[in-house]
Amino acid sequence: MFYLIQLLNAVQYGLLLFLLSSGLTLIFGIMGVINLAHGSFYMVGAYLTYWLSKMTGSLWFAIPIGTAIAFAIGLLLETTIIRRLYRRDHLYQVLLTFGLILVFEELRSIFFGDEVHGVAVPEVLNFSIPLTETLSYPVYRLFITAVCLAIAALLYFVIHKTRAGMMIRAGNSNPEMASALGVNIPLLFAAVFAVGIALAAFAGAIAAPVTSVAPGMGNQVLIVCLVVVVIGGIGSINGAMIASLLIGLADTLGKILAPEYSGVAVYLLMAAILLWRPQGLGNKS
Amino acid sequence: MKVTRRKFLAQASLLSAGTLLPKFALGQAQKIRVGLMLPYTGTFAQLGTAITNGFKLAVNERGGKLGGRELEYFTVDDESEPSKAPENTNKLVQRDKVDVLVGTVHSGVVMGMIKIAKETNTLMIVPNAGLDAATGALCATNIFRTSFSNWQPSYPMGKIMADRGIRNVISLAWKYGAGEEAVAGFTEGFIKAGGKSVRGLWIPFPNTEFQALLTEIAALKPDAVFVFFAGGGAAKFIKDYAAAGLRKTIPLYSSGFLTDGILDAVGNDAEGLETTLHYADGLNSKKDKEFRAAYAKAHKSEPDVYAVQGYDAGLLLATGLDAVKGDLTKRKEIIAAMEKAKIDSPRGAWTMSKAHNPIQDIYLRKVVGKENRLVSIAHKALADPARGCKL
Repeated sequence: MFYLIQLLNAVQYGLLLFLLSSGLTLIFGIMGVINLAHGSFYMVGAYLTYWLSKMTGSLWFAIPIGTAIAFAIGLLLETTIIRRLYRRDHLYQVLLTFGLILVFEELRSIFFGDEVHGVAVPEVLNFSIPLTETLSYPVYRLFITAVCLAIAALLYFVIHKTRAGMMIRAGNSNPEMASALGVNIPLLFAAVFAVGIALAAFAGAIAAPVTSVAPGMGNQVLIVCLVVVVIGGIGSINGAMIASLLIGLADTLGKILAPEYSGVAVYLLMAAILLWRPQGLGNKS
Repeated sequence: MKVTRRKFLAQASLLSAGTLLPKFALGQAQKIRVGLMLPYTGTFAQLGTAITNGFKLAVNERGGKLGGRELEYFTVDDESEPSKAPENTNKLVQRDKVDVLVGTVHSGVVMGMIKIAKETNTLMIVPNAGLDAATGALCATNIFRTSFSNWQPSYPMGKIMADRGIRNVISLAWKYGAGEEAVAGFTEGFIKAGGKSVRGLWIPFPNTEFQALLTEIAALKPDAVFVFFAGGGAAKFIKDYAAAGLRKTIPLYSSGFLTDGILDAVGNDAEGLETTLHYADGLNSKKDKEFRAAYAKAHKSEPDVYAVQGYDAGLLLATGLDAVKGDLTKRKEIIAAMEKAKIDSPRGAWTMSKAHNPIQDIYLRKVVGKENRLVSIAHKALADPARGCKL
């Protein structure tokens, strides 16, 4: 019974990781930009949700509006700053997006202060399902899992079944050729960047009630997101899904089976997979 | 006033003549140089600010002077980054030539500071970092602490839990210095008072994905759980523990860092949690009331335990400098006065142990609304064992 619950924990954590890292892998794979500030948008989403839900009293209002604001910030950043990086070396991208992390942390400190905040779970979902005599499962967590699955299905559908998805895939494999065939690459890139950012912000927004809205929260998730991208294969949404679930499993098992060394479980997994498939799980060699 | 070229030159030569004078001639007129090395950005920024505010409040209550001399502050943001600690400390000690070092919050950073302070024999006051070794194996005549050792607030909780008939406990903490030392202190007190077993669960710092561990706790069904978390991680843990339904079946205990500064963030989920710490709400002493009113007036925010520790660092330095009328050359007398100091702190009066750590009351507190309300004194005048210290 408890192993089944642990499996549920692993899947639930993995799906949230997927939501967080899918945007990162899209931006990296399609635009070739290493966006270290990805975690900052997780924080932006969480703080906007905290602020909006406090102002309006409704989480259901705060999540979409917060995500929309993040989307707008993404568009603005792409057209003003990120666009200048495409033809540059990765080192410039790392420098600039690292700078963005500092800028966003400072802005957060100016606008929201350095205190820890919490967002209340909405009344309708604020109860738990008893699983054993000691343990219950909070329904809001199950809700997050369902939303993550829906987003994953939507992403799969858009990328593999729609015209926009076709253009994204074309832009991914050969931007020059896609451009020659009439795909508006600057517009496509701007859209992909903003969507990627919005996905991270959405993850922060929806996770806000079960996490604490606190300084530095974005940097904590950045590393594990990068691990997902590397294991899953750069640019591969399917790979990111498998990688997220594997990491969720490794992290959960590590914590219960080897608590003293649980910190290294995820990285051992990464090392093993890279030895076996250096290009990542989702990409062909 | 119009500055002519001649006037400027005259003043400039006066100024340079001043700097050329031998140091003793300037004597007491010089300001005391205080180096504040604290986190002003990052996760611990709030703590750094509270400590600074508390320290300056103590100084300003004395008209901005200690031992009759004014203070000049030099500030460095240590970013809670241990790898930068020696460099940052050297900025204050070598470049700014500070007379006193005050810092810091993070135990890793404080190790770097202590190293430099010992090498350069700089007087140093630690206003937070609980690293046991700072007043244990690393202790030194010039290093004082006005906060706590990690062992200190956790140790009394062991006896409280054992006295309530709790025998088998699961401990859960971040796997890093402060977490390990807090659990060790608790375990020592618990076993000594009749507790049977403590099984340790760990989570890497600063990971906050607790779900797997909560499931494990539910499966093992201990009599109670003892944890060490702080800040954002603490808020998340309290919420997760309640949401998993464990609050109803397995009692949760902790040192007070779990519930300090985050009660607004967790809503009702913390209600009734009992913790032990060297400060509490509702102490109702005259000193505490005055301190809280003065702090709220000066800084437009309510003081917390970190502000108290900063304030006490100011009081301690005042005691040392008053004893020698601000004459920093009398280092031995300053240290002797600080060692004998009885600090009239908002937390209750405390004295210095031989190893330079406070001998202080540890309070049992209970969360009521948005307060960590005093329940009782968990341990009167508790001194850290100072293992490995040869002072």
